[in-house]
Amino acid sequence: MGNHAIAKNAAPPSFYETKRHPGIFAWIFSTDHKRIGLMYMMAMSFFFFVGAAFGILMRLELIAPGKQFMDPQTYNAFFTLHGVIMIFLFVIPGLSASLGNFLLPLQIGADDVAFPKLNLLSWWLFMSGGLLALSSLFTRGGPPDTGWTFYAPYSIRSGTSVSLATFAAFILGFSSVLTGLNFVTTIHRMRATGMGWFRMPLFSWALYATGWIQILATPVIGITLLLIIVERAFGIGVFDPAKGGDPILFQHLFWIYSHPAVYVMVLPAMGVISEIIPVYARRTIFGYKFIAYSSIAIAGVGSLVWGHHMFVSGQSYTAGVVFSLLTFLVAIPSAVKVFNWVATLYKGSIVIETPLLWAMSFIFLFSIGGLTGLMIGALAVDVHVHDTYFIVGHFHYTMFGGMGMAFFGALHHWFPKMFGRMYHKTTANIAWGLVFVGFNLVYFPMLILGWQGMPRRYYDYLPEYQPLHVLSTVGSWILVAGTVVLFVNLIRSLRTGEKAGRDPWGGTTLEWTVPSPPPLENFEEPPIVTRGPYDFGKVVGK
Amino acid sequence: MSATAGIAVHHHRDYTGSKIGMWLFLFTELLLFGGLFLLYSVYRAVHPEDFHHAAMELDKLVGTVNTLILLTSSLTMAVSIAAIHRARKGLSLVCLALTIGFALWFLVNKYFEWGAKFDHGIYPNSEILLQHSHGEILFFGLYFSMTGLHGLHVLIGAVVLFVVGIKLFKKPFETIEFDGRGLKQLTGARLAVVDERGGRLWSSDTIDDSVKAVEIRLKYHPVRKRVRKEDYAALENSGLYWHLVDLIWIFLFPLFYLIT
Repeated sequence: MGNHAIAKNAAPPSFYETKRHPGIFAWIFSTDHKRIGLMYMMAMSFFFFVGAAFGILMRLELIAPGKQFMDPQTYNAFFTLHGVIMIFLFVIPGLSASLGNFLLPLQIGADDVAFPKLNLLSWWLFMSGGLLALSSLFTRGGPPDTGWTFYAPYSIRSGTSVSLATFAAFILGFSSVLTGLNFVTTIHRMRATGMGWFRMPLFSWALYATGWIQILATPVIGITLLLIIVERAFGIGVFDPAKGGDPILFQHLFWIYSHPAVYVMVLPAMGVISEIIPVYARRTIFGYKFIAYSSIAIAGVGSLVWGHHMFVSGQSYTAGVVFSLLTFLVAIPSAVKVFNWVATLYKGSIVIETPLLWAMSFIFLFSIGGLTGLMIGALAVDVHVHDTYFIVGHFHYTMFGGMGMAFFGALHHWFPKMFGRMYHKTTANIAWGLVFVGFNLVYFPMLILGWQGMPRRYYDYLPEYQPLHVLSTVGSWILVAGTVVLFVNLIRSLRTGEKAGRDPWGGTTLEWTVPSPPPLENFEEPPIVTRGPYDFGKVVGK
Repeated sequence: MSATAGIAVHHHRDYTGSKIGMWLFLFTELLLFGGLFLLYSVYRAVHPEDFHHAAMELDKLVGTVNTLILLTSSLTMAVSIAAIHRARKGLSLVCLALTIGFALWFLVNKYFEWGAKFDHGIYPNSEILLQHSHGEILFFGLYFSMTGLHGLHVLIGAVVLFVVGIKLFKKPFETIEFDGRGLKQLTGARLAVVDERGGRLWSSDTIDDSVKAVEIRLKYHPVRKRVRKEDYAALENSGLYWHLVDLIWIFLFPLFYLIT
């Protein structure tokens, strides 16, 4: 073993410089978790802008009552594709597949995930699913108009290309299952020497909980969507009331997956916040074990609350009460996290950097999302606001205000690690300000509109709703302007940003111990872990 | 000798890891069928009479034969794995081929069984079926989708077993590659082939920085000493899959054929 000296002399080449194949093939055939993570990120950012385009056009149509520039059928297609693209192609794979892929092996001190080839297959499936979903725009019959929920029996009868869209969602689900399976195995088998479960960074904990939800919940929607396709192709009748089938069963099966799926979206986001806050507060995270366990608790209890989407669908009153109670229970582990983040900031040596701004806005917006969630989790209130803009506002506050903010925060936090360069900080802060203001302008009026009775998915509305709709539409312009500034700043910084060192923020988890960008095999020597992930004694001492 | 030990460590396979991955995948398969079993149980609870009548139209004989076929195929699968544990590659391959044969036989039976139903006008959305009661429509809707999905799994299983069989057949070659971190351990060393007394038969130049990868191809015969867990992980995992396919049929058979 006398060769170590040779290895230490020169810095190893980064993973960008180590290529197995020429040109584009170095990416699309690579089994390196870092390249795969970045490929997910690029694809997702593209889909995000496609979804956002549908969103902003819908908002523009809604600026005044009556027809502006699209007909009702187009509007139906737009809200369907906005939902399908944003949920299946951006929010669900958002943090786990992109940043999770990049960071998980780095955080636990491994050289890759457990099944690198399977990882590449997941990406290929993701891309095929994404392109299939987009192609449903152009196929015969026109784009699907069922809403992203594909509720039967309308999804069985609609003449639009629902089969293609559901098949795309099925493939995306398969990709998600394989990623979850890969991560769970990786965490069980590939943690570095000395990294016990409670020395694992909290983002990795969140990915672990997420992986289990992906494995256990996704197959259920897989079979449900397949049945919609079979139903449309052969008319087997299981969801068709004319043949004795029960559409409520479709809703059950759909939400058995799709509710846990919101935790697939938000748990990694919470993990990101748990990483960002201690770094910029220069303090070890408050209540590490509680945050770790609360991820598992959210995953567990969150799997038993799907019925709260169906309070007015005709399920039994008893079921409604039970689901309502369980829904309230989810608030406990979620609040545990929020309180622990705030407690971490208390008396910390806070450094205000862009990622921290995103993390703070996550806490603020997600709290609004969570508290409105409690309101609609109550049976009586839900009857009043069910299928109104209140719901739309609520889930945009949790999904976009949650996962979206965390995604942007994570982009800024790990950007120097991924690309080895720093971005322009002032511009990044301006982008944050625009997004934050724009976000609240778009979605807060929706909460009020919904409370006043404006139903969701409606093409037209009464004139008295117009002022708030205008406010929301104007907000959407600011929001989009903010995201454009954000991405332009980051893309420019890829070339012009100053070089970043191993640890530009003073992070203490393992990914900050390797060069930026990391070499192909991540660690020069397999790391040996001797303490917890958030020990800032040395950082503050500097 | 210590250098040789260091080289062996870098063989990048994780037997337990691949088992964990496979079991997790089997969970997802169970849950995939779980959605259908849920539909079955609800609709049967709602229409017990209709399910009873509809089940009488299924051919119990074919169902029983298919059950026996799948049970036997699980036996041959298990024997195939037991054989490779004992380094009896020939026996293992024969049993694997038998398993694939049973899988195909099952599918052929299924083809004739479905075909007979179609001849009687019983298929989804057919005019004759739509004249039946709601419960019977649902029974056949579930029958075709559940046995259809199961049949698809039998087919996939057969393909997987075939691929694993080919790999097993080609097994004597094993390639060990050193690149990146693995290569560092070899820097400054030479590769040599020595005879039993340590006499040098062949040796390479010194390995320095110009060497990007070292590939060693070993050929061995499947003797007991050389059979390691890692070598049969693929076979064991596809065996697990096959047993799952069998197990699902064990539930489908009584639920559709024996509830009269």
